[in-house]
Amino acid sequence: MLQVGLTHFLVVSAILFSLGVYGIVTRKNAVMVLMGIELVLNAANINFVAFSRFSGFGLGGQMTALFVIVLAAAEAAIALAIVLNIYKQFTNVNIDEIDHLKD
Amino acid sequence: MNYYDILFYLFAIITLASAWFVVTTRNVIYSAFFLLFTFFGVAGIYVLLAADFIAVVQIMVYVGGILILLLFGVMLTNKITNVDIKSGTANLLSASLLTGVLMGALVSVMIFTDWKVEPAEIQTTTIKTLGTMLLTDYVLFFELLGILLLIALIGAASIARREKE
Repeated sequence: MLQVGLTHFLVVSAILFSLGVYGIVTRKNAVMVLMGIELVLNAANINFVAFSRFSGFGLGGQMTALFVIVLAAAEAAIALAIVLNIYKQFTNVNIDEIDHLKD
Repeated sequence: MNYYDILFYLFAIITLASAWFVVTTRNVIYSAFFLLFTFFGVAGIYVLLAADFIAVVQIMVYVGGILILLLFGVMLTNKITNVDIKSGTANLLSASLLTGVLMGALVSVMIFTDWKVEPAEIQTTTIKTLGTMLLTDYVLFFELLGILLLIALIGAASIARREKE
C-alpha cells in the first residue's frame, strides 16, 4: 500500500462524514440524530487538522478545529435541553411524530 | 509499511468500524458507547497528524463532556425500565442510496484531486504555539467563543429547567 499521506486522512474523513449523514437521515430518535451530527463535525475537524499538517500554512487549521470543538459542545448542550423539553411535552423524542406545526 | 502506517490503519479502522456501528445499531445505548470508540479513534488520528493538544482536547471535551451529555439525554428521554430504548429508522433504502452516492463522490474527489502537499515542520509540542496564537491573532475569536459558551450554557440550563406553569 502507499505511504500514508494527506489523501488517506481525507478519505477517512469523507467516509466518516457520509456515515454521519446516513445517521442523520435514517434515525428517528433525536438523540441519535445528534450523534450523527457529532460524527459530521469530527470528519470536518480531521480535514482541518490534516490540511494544517500537510499544507504549510502554520497552525491555523488546528485553531479552527479547536473552535469547532467548542461550538460542538455548545450545540450539544442546547440541543439536549431542547430534546428534554420535547420529551416533557410529547413523552417521546421521535422526530417524525413531532409534527404539530402542520396542524 | 512502517509503524506510522500501521498505526494509521489501526486508528482508521477503529474509527470507521465504530462509526458504522453507531449509525446502524438499533439500541441507543450501544450507539452511545460505540461513539466513545469513534472519538478515541479520531483522537489517535489527531496524534498521527502531530496535533497533540487537539487530541487531548478531543478526549476531554468529546468523551468527558459531550458523550456524557448524550448519555444523559438517552437516559432522561427513554423509559429505561421498559427496555424500549430502540431507535426506529426511516427511509433506509433511499438514504443508503443517497449517502452511498455522496460517499463515492467525496472519496473520488479526495483521491483524484492533485493536492499540493507541503509538509509543515513537525513541532515537538504545539501547545506553546497554539497558546500564543490564541492570545494574539485569534484573541477576538477566543473571547467571542468564551462569551458564546457562557450564553449557551446559561440558555441550556434555563431551557431544560423551565417548570410547567
